[in-house]
Amino acid sequence: MRPADFELLSTLLKLNSGLVLTPDKAYLLESRLMPVARKHQIATMEALADKVRSHPNDVLLRDITEAMTTNESSFFRDTKPFEQLKDVLLPRMLAARAARRQLRIWCAAASSGQEPYSISIILKEAAAQLAGWRIEIVGTDLSNPILERAKEGLYTQFEVQRGLPIQLLVKYFKQDGDKWRISDEIRRMVTYKRLNLLLPFSELGQFDIVFCRNVLIYFDQPTKAKVLEAIARQMPNDGVLLLGGAETVLGVTDRFRPIEGQRGLYELSTAPALQKAV
Amino acid sequence: MKTCLVVDDSGVIRKVARRILEQMSFDCSEAENGLIALDACKVSMPDAVLLDWNMPVMTGIDFLKSLRAMPGGDKPKVVLCTTNNDMKHIVEALGAGADEYIMKPFDHDIVQAKFAQIGLV
Repeated sequence: MRPADFELLSTLLKLNSGLVLTPDKAYLLESRLMPVARKHQIATMEALADKVRSHPNDVLLRDITEAMTTNESSFFRDTKPFEQLKDVLLPRMLAARAARRQLRIWCAAASSGQEPYSISIILKEAAAQLAGWRIEIVGTDLSNPILERAKEGLYTQFEVQRGLPIQLLVKYFKQDGDKWRISDEIRRMVTYKRLNLLLPFSELGQFDIVFCRNVLIYFDQPTKAKVLEAIARQMPNDGVLLLGGAETVLGVTDRFRPIEGQRGLYELSTAPALQKAV
Repeated sequence: MKTCLVVDDSGVIRKVARRILEQMSFDCSEAENGLIALDACKVSMPDAVLLDWNMPVMTGIDFLKSLRAMPGGDKPKVVLCTTNNDMKHIVEALGAGADEYIMKPFDHDIVQAKFAQIGLV
């Protein structure tokens, strides 16, 4: 790949999605963008770059951005955050929201739906405690095609075997040919919206719990700070943020602080000291 | 070291499964049908059984029922590993006392994830 083309495409990605691509990942551009080039009847990477330079159009630019954003996901990915949701966050919110009986959860990188549906399943399993509550789960992602997959809720045999206990497969999925379809009761719990985290998102409203896992790793330091600060503005004072295993707020922003003894969980630095005792 | 009995009539599958389980630090033994597996369990109960369904002499599901009826036979965690990839078979296996269920084809990640879910790793 011509260095100038790498420069162009990585700058475009940075601007549109915040994704930072280092030169050692140039091979990723080639392997992921060739299908995009073919779709647009462009023969080579060089021609694709030239097209972006000379006649860029919104569809092409969006296709490039979507092809480059990774969509690695699995049910109950990493296990621990979902145990924390069940054992730490739910009891905490049940107490804190006892009067309002309302809970809003946001998955900021919903991908093909495994994370929001894992959250839905946890809440469904706790249905007895949540009777009469208004629960909202909002899943957002940068990519439209991946959100369409999420909405459909249809997974391969391989996908339902990564992280999903067999009892939950039996309980919440139906076989559909050689695939598995999530039940309507779980699917209906999630609302999906396309969202670019780099653009304003205050219209989403306030969220008590925010899953923003394995998103920040793709951003540079100033973008991480910008996104975290924007998320902080969408959270009540006792809200909780969950980040991925390789992510932290430390050294990025002082709007959040880690919750003691709960790896991956963060609260607003303005949260009352009492909230620290989870 | 935890022990795992790999029960499958295919020598190739036993070899593949054994390699994955040994990477997960299991001490493995093998059986080519349910009856041989049952005899092995009478001698020594393994911590885990990775169990095929369709086998000559004694099927996996018959082995599972006999195992669960044996003294101490409630102890091993049993993971079905079969091409019977439909809801009816899964429900039947869970009813007979299976702890987890792997639908073939499988790979290292799936075995690892399923064993982790039932507390074996």
